[in-house]
Order: sequence, then structure tokens, then C-alpha cells
Amino acid sequence: MSGLAVEAAALGVLTGGVYALMASGLTLIFGVMRIINVGHGALVVLGAYLSFVLFRQWHIDPFLGLVVTMPVMFGLGVVLELVFIRPLRTDREALSVLVTYALALGIEGVLGLAFSANFQQLSVWYESAGVQVGDFHVAYVYGFGFLLSVAMLSGLGLLLTRTTFGAAVRATMLNRAAAQLIGIDVAMISAIAFGIGMATAAAGGVVFGITTAFNPGSHYDLISRLLTIIVLGGLGSFRGAIVAAVLMLVVQDVTAVLWSPTWAAFTFFALLTLVLVARPQGLYGMRVRE
Amino acid sequence: MRLAARGAAAALGAGALLLPLVVDPSILNVGVLTLMYVGLATAWNIIGGYTGYISLGHAGFFGIGAYALGLVVGHLGVPGGYGPLLLVPLAGAITAAAALPVGWIALRTRAATFVIVTIAFMFMLQILATNLRGLTGGSQGLGYPVPQGWGPDFVDVPFYYAMLALAALALGVSWWVRRSKLGLGLLAIRDDEDRASALGVRARAFKMTAFVVSAALVGMIGGVYGYYVTYVYPQFVIDPLIGISMVLMAFLGGAGTLAGPVLGALLLEPAQLELAYSFGSARLYLVLYAAVFLVVILLLPRGIVPSLVDRLPHSPLEEGRGGGNPDGPA
Amino acid sequence: MALLELRAVAKRFGGVVAVEDCSLAVAEGTVTGLIGPNGSGKTTLFDLVTGFQAPDAGAVTFRGRSIIGLAPDRVHRLGIGRTFQLARVFPRLTALENLLVPVPRRGLLGLLAGARTAGEERRAREMLDFLGLAALAGQLAGRLSFGQRKLLELGAVMMARPDLVLLDEPAGGVNPGLLESIAAAIRELNGRGVTFLIVEHNMGFVMDLCDPVVVLDRGRPIASGPPAEVRADPAVLDAYLGA
Repeated sequence: MSGLAVEAAALGVLTGGVYALMASGLTLIFGVMRIINVGHGALVVLGAYLSFVLFRQWHIDPFLGLVVTMPVMFGLGVVLELVFIRPLRTDREALSVLVTYALALGIEGVLGLAFSANFQQLSVWYESAGVQVGDFHVAYVYGFGFLLSVAMLSGLGLLLTRTTFGAAVRATMLNRAAAQLIGIDVAMISAIAFGIGMATAAAGGVVFGITTAFNPGSHYDLISRLLTIIVLGGLGSFRGAIVAAVLMLVVQDVTAVLWSPTWAAFTFFALLTLVLVARPQGLYGMRVRE
Repeated sequence: MRLAARGAAAALGAGALLLPLVVDPSILNVGVLTLMYVGLATAWNIIGGYTGYISLGHAGFFGIGAYALGLVVGHLGVPGGYGPLLLVPLAGAITAAAALPVGWIALRTRAATFVIVTIAFMFMLQILATNLRGLTGGSQGLGYPVPQGWGPDFVDVPFYYAMLALAALALGVSWWVRRSKLGLGLLAIRDDEDRASALGVRARAFKMTAFVVSAALVGMIGGVYGYYVTYVYPQFVIDPLIGISMVLMAFLGGAGTLAGPVLGALLLEPAQLELAYSFGSARLYLVLYAAVFLVVILLLPRGIVPSLVDRLPHSPLEEGRGGGNPDGPA
Repeated sequence: MALLELRAVAKRFGGVVAVEDCSLAVAEGTVTGLIGPNGSGKTTLFDLVTGFQAPDAGAVTFRGRSIIGLAPDRVHRLGIGRTFQLARVFPRLTALENLLVPVPRRGLLGLLAGARTAGEERRAREMLDFLGLAALAGQLAGRLSFGQRKLLELGAVMMARPDLVLLDEPAGGVNPGLLESIAAAIRELNGRGVTFLIVEHNMGFVMDLCDPVVVLDRGRPIASGPPAEVRADPAVLDAYLGA
């Protein structure tokens, strides 16, 4: 029994890595723009469908297809930011929630029209292939997904810490007004940050699409988890997003094995509640009294 | 100006009372659902509009009310008819009790975190409703008794008046809160919570009051809805779309004003139903709804009522009443 | 017994020491000035007294009773009022409504009753008169000029008839004419028995208005006394001009 638990925990770590990637995009958007992108789940599903099209039509492996889907999603992100988010002046936080929710519904609707409501999955040939490590079977896809996440998160980390652009982003996250005062083009940073968020959604979409059956309505479950993760980790904190993602997925997967799969999703949210009782600002968030 | 507004409100009220007598019974359903959203948007406005705490999880309270009334009716063996409607206040009380712990945790957080916590609460509730099969019937649903003796032409009428009564109650409560000391405190909290505390406003108590009152009203409306649709399923009462619709309607009309949510519901719900009817099967419905949604928010970010009020000539005695725009024309 | 007393209060944020071994006493009926170079911990002290932060060490007493750990609204009800550095008002409420918010009410019925009783409205209008803002009663506070907001904020603090008022940079960004009005208002209110503790950078304002003056440097008091004395104190000059 405990062997299953350990295997579940390992799986939790691997899938947690993917969720960490998606959550990082979401927390980046929040940190730079102070908006909650409730449409992030729908964008991941969109990414999954894009990969699906490349896979079905042209037999391009989803991981390789990222070379196409990521720039496309990045560009789409910049456009969406310019058209729908930029015009919001008053009451930005509240209205951006409504706007991104509308975008999510719109994407769900368009995907529903283009594809059916049937569940799809990116069934690559190596989907169930894996390696035996002792007693456990580790599927390659989870490993690839995890490696992809680590690679992208590291890339994002390097971008943020070693480039001038990254410094500008971090400055904007810390204090938007001050960043503007020292000449940072906050508007452009916002658009690019949103684009990067979309690119991480594309990557997340690939792994999501391979490991889970999805349809246009899958974004609800996904966004509820992603939002819970970034709040648990602390809004705007990358370290928080990563730790929270891994923690939550491990708890969820171990619960599924030790207790019951139907209650596994519940523990996800219950964990959030427990943490918030003690720390309303999340694990790595800052208590802002302003 | 005030006189015209009062006249319009009176006319609307009279019209609403008489509607079932003049209209074709087959479209009374639109009236029932529209009044439902008038009540929901108005109730939501108390915590979302006046206090500025945007709850996206109010569908959870809607669901609690629907299940609560159904369970009470079932346990007491109340037959179909007017009985269940009389027990609606009990559903409100149960929802209020449920709102206490939720509010206690959620209201310790601010702004964006609060929004997400309410979303999480709603999904938790949906999972609970699905898994606690013994209590709620899970995905098989919870049944209400079917009213006997209400012919097909009459059946919507009691529900119509029930929704009208609850909408009127929500409006009455909203009006009272707005002009009370409590309401002034809520509006101050919305503008600057820390400063409000520094000036002696008991922020926690005020927020909890607004949250619980709002939840109770929504719960009662949910109860009537549950009875109306006869079978309560987790995904159909604890439905994010219901939750977001009431928020959108409040914002369309003007969150933080009294009439805003009413106006928003009166405009959006019939439109929403029409869209669903005409395009639902073509799956175009969601896209169109999203498009309407986006246009509304981008064109009228402050909502209809504040935008209208800005354009009207000001009387020198016109007080702000919290819906004003400090960035607008002076 | 001093009205407000701090004893060996300390507060740090991560690695930054905001306040350290800070002891000071504010005597009742005085207009006490609190000055010091930027970053010397003045606003933090205000936060500690009014319940926005809790001290890491030390005691804070008001009329001899500890007020550590009390929430801001509770501190207000004990009789301590406070303004903020950037002239915060409630922008979407009118000037009159801004003044009605702090007026205390008793009990549940008090809360459910109307937002303004005749008595309260009269008091609020009198306050507006006193501040010279009577014409702006129905104007949204967000549309007021900076100076008008400062006055309104001062008025709001006074509405609950506090015994002690903490003013955070009341002269900041204010033109000389308005400055005189603010100083006059403070003197008038002090004459009616209100004690003031004022954080300020404007030396002229402080030296004219305050006695005693306390100087803070890097989180601890380094001098205290009548303005002339403090002005000449070498340690004070050092703190402002030194390394």
C-alpha cells in the first residue's frame, strides 16, 4: 500500500512540475499586470487543441510542435492584451476578471464549434511507454513533461534574473508606478508578460493534452486548480507557484491512492483553506496593509 | 430627477405585479428567471458592489439554498404546492449559517485573493454535492415534490410571485443597507479599508454582515429555483455561469448603485435566454454570450446607471451616494 | 502619567531595523513634534501605536493601559486618531459623507439606522465650516485638490473627538497659505484639549507649532526638548548632515 503511495507521490511531483509551469505563467501575469487571468485554463486547452491539430493533420509530435504553438500563442497573447485588457482603466482588477472570463467562454465556444464536445487526447506512441524504476513504472510522457517544465521554468528564471528585460519585468512587479517613473515601458512589459504567460500555457497544453482527455469544457477544472495553486503559493511569487503546485499535486495523488479518487480533488481545495486560515497571504505571499 | 426615478420604479413595480395576468403563460418562464436574476444581482451587489469584495462563488450559496430547501421539504414530508415556498426563509437561514465559516476565512483576504478563494469555495461545494450521495443524491440529483393541481397554464405563476417577492426583499434590504450607517461603512471599506479601520469602522463585522445577508438572500432564491426545476443537480445549481451572470448584470447596470443590478438583470437575462433559445443547439451560444459580455464591459466599464447620472444636469443638493466617478467631468 | 508612552519598542522588517529601543512619552495637552531623517522609523511608530503593526518588543501604553495587539478600529475607539502621509480620503464619497464615516454609533440599531442623524449632519457641516470647505459638502472627495483633501482628512480624524491625534506629515506638499490654516486649526483644536503628535519634515512648521520636539534617528530617539534646544543639539545636526 505504501508503495502505491510513494509512486503516487512521485507522479504528483512530475505532474506538479507541469502545473508549476502553468501556474508560473498565471502568477507572472498577476505580478506584472495585477490581474487574474481567469481564462488561463481555456488558453491551456486552446494550446492542447492547437497541438492536436498539428498532430492529427500533419503528424507532428506535440513536443516538437511547441516550436510552432508557442510563438503563435505568444503572439495571440500580445493581441489579446492589447485589445481586451489594455482598454480597462477604472476598476481594473474586477473588470479584468470579467473580461478574461468572457475570453475563456469565447474560447470554449469557438473550440466547441471547431471540434465537438467529444473528449480528445494526444495519443502519442510513447504514451504508456515508460521505464521501470524498482517497483514503479514511470511513464516517459510524465518525465518529458517534467523536463519540459524544468527547462522552461529555468529559462524563465534566467530571463527574469539575467536580462535587462527581466529586470524591467521584476521592477514592474515590485512597483508599477515607480517603474514607469524610471522610464520602463510598463505597457509593453504587460503585453509581453501576457504573451509569455500564453507561451507557458501552450507548453502546459501539450503535457495536459497527452496525459488527460480533454474537451472544450475542461478549462473550468483546470483554472480552478491553477488559481488555487497561485493563491496557496502567494500571488505574484514564482517560488510559491512552484512549491504550491508540487505540494498540491502530491497531496492530491496520494489522497487518491490512500483514500479515494473522488475525494482527491476535494483535498486540493481543502489544503488551500487550511493554509489560508493560518496565512491569508499564502505560503510566500506578502501581507500587504495598503 | 428623483421624482422621475420614483415614478419609473413605481410603474415597473406595478407592471411586474400585473404581468402574469396579461401575458401568455408559456413565456412567463422568462419572467420567473428574469426576476430571479434581479434578486441575485441585487443581493450580490451588497457584498460585491457596496463593499467591493468581488465574490465569484455566490453560485455556491445558490446551490446551498436549493439543496437546503429540498432536504427540509423532503425530511418534513411537505407535499407539492405552496408548502415548500413557505419554508424558503428556512433555506435562507441555513445558507446564512453556511456563509459564516466561509466568510470568516474568505474575508481575511483581500482583492484578488478573495476572488479566488470564493471560486475555490464554489468548486469545493460542487465536489461535496457530487460526492455526498447519501445527503444530496450526488449526480442523480435531489428531487422536490411536484405540485399537484397546478395546471400547465398556472404552474409558473406561484414561482413568478415567489421570485418577485424575493427580488423585492433583496431590493428592500439593499436600499436599507445603502442608506444606513452600515452602508456608509461598507462604502468606506470599498474605497480604503485600512483607513476606514483607522477611523473606527469595524471592518470585519461589517464585511461579515454584508456577506451573510447577501448569501442568505441568494440562498432563498436558490431554494425557489430548486423547487421550480424540480430536480437539483450539482453542476446545474452550483454553476459558474449563474455565478458570473449575476456579477456581470450588477456591473452592467452599475455595481454599487441601487438600481444598477436591477437594470442589468432586466436587460441581460431576457437577452441571455433569447440567445440560448436561438443559438443554444448550434453551440454558437457561448461565443455570442462572450461577445456580448466583452462589448458591455469594454464600452461601459462603470455600468449604465453611473454613466447616465454623469450626463444628467446635477442638482446642487445631489449627494454622491457612492456611485460617483471622481475621475469624471468636474 | 503621560497620555501615550512607548518603552523600549522595537520593530524590524526582515533584515531592516525600523525602530529600536525607542522610548518616548507624549504628555497630555501638548503638540509634540517627531522629526528625523528619512527612514528613521516615524511612520512605523504610528503604525505600531494604531495597531497596523505589532511591535517585536517593548510596551505601548495609552493612559497607562497597553494597546499592543489591538485592531485599528479598537484603537480609534479608545480615543486615538491618525492621518496618513498621502492625504487619504474616501474618493467616491462626498466631503460630507467622509466626515460622517468616523462618527461612532452605539449598538446594532445604531448601525441599521440612517447614515446621518440631524445632529451628526450638523456637526459634520460645522466641521466643514471650520475647515473652510463648506461649499464642497456635496462634492466627491476624489475631486478635491490636494490641500482640500488634507484639510478633510484632518476633519475626519477629529469627528470622533479623539484625545490624541497622530498627524503624519500634515504639511507635506502644502502651499504656505494653507499651511497657516492647518497650523491655526491644530492650535485651535489643541486649545480645546486635543493632544497632538506630529511627524513632519518642514522644520519651520514644527518649530513654530510644537513643544516638545523629539528627534528620531535610525529608529531610536536621540534628542527631546523645546524646539530651540533641539535645533542646537549637535547630535541632531549630526544625524541630519552626517554620514
